Amino acid sequence: MSVKLNTRQVGDVSVVDVAGRITLGEGSSALRDALRDLINKNQKKILLNLGEVNYIDSSGIGELVSGFTTVTNSGGSLKLLNLNKRVKDLLQITKLYTVFDVHEDEAGAIRSF
Amino acid sequence: MRENKHHVPETVERSLESTLESVDSAEELALGMAERAGFDDEDLMKIGMAVRESMVNAVVHGNKYNAHKKVRFSVSHTPQRLTVRIQDQGEGFEPESLPDPLAPENLMRTSGRGIFLIRSFMDEFAIRRHEQGGMEVTLVKYSGSK
Repeated sequence: MSVKLNTRQVGDVSVVDVAGRITLGEGSSALRDALRDLINKNQKKILLNLGEVNYIDSSGIGELVSGFTTVTNSGGSLKLLNLNKRVKDLLQITKLYTVFDVHEDEAGAIRSF
Repeated sequence: MRENKHHVPETVERSLESTLESVDSAEELALGMAERAGFDDEDLMKIGMAVRESMVNAVVHGNKYNAHKKVRFSVSHTPQRLTVRIQDQGEGFEPESLPDPLAPENLMRTSGRGIFLIRSFMDEFAIRRHEQGGMEVTLVKYSGSK
């Protein structure tokens, strides 16, 4: 399985539920397309729910960074939700964990926007 | 899957196409041997990631998806270690020229973290220009390391 994405609205926050593998190829490009779609629709508050992501490589991390930069530069905010140990460890060793606003519960993440 | 209970040294070699499917194949081969060698889940994760990142470098940056270029892949283990070698047929590059992905000015780059992650996950990492052309990386994971 590559990646499955589901986008839903909770008030004015776009929540993107991501499941599977965010790796070079289908996985990373699907995430890129989903974020681009939200940005094109002028969505300013985006929450990536990574709770079901079981694998991410450096390309996937690159897409998270790219999405963060693009959303931020357009005046919006992109946050992360439900990182498992693997994703958290990767973001920590690449010194990106403190760049993102990371949350462990959705309600709190929504309120933080 | 047969367990290598007697730790008989084992080597698998493949000549792979320059495709993303080859990245999956190499990861599968490496993890299969690592599992038979008795590596735990945490080490399997690290080995898998390091092999994937190395293969992506060979396929994408080395061979540039060129159908006429191959990636030489081998994985072997002894009771002491698992060794993976990956060689591409690209133009090669100077590893010293790679920017540090942890430097503040590079932190928000969208690429350039592959080799750093490989070094983080493996016990030994070597990269060199191969005498036959291209780059060769050697990844080593010690048995029982954390």
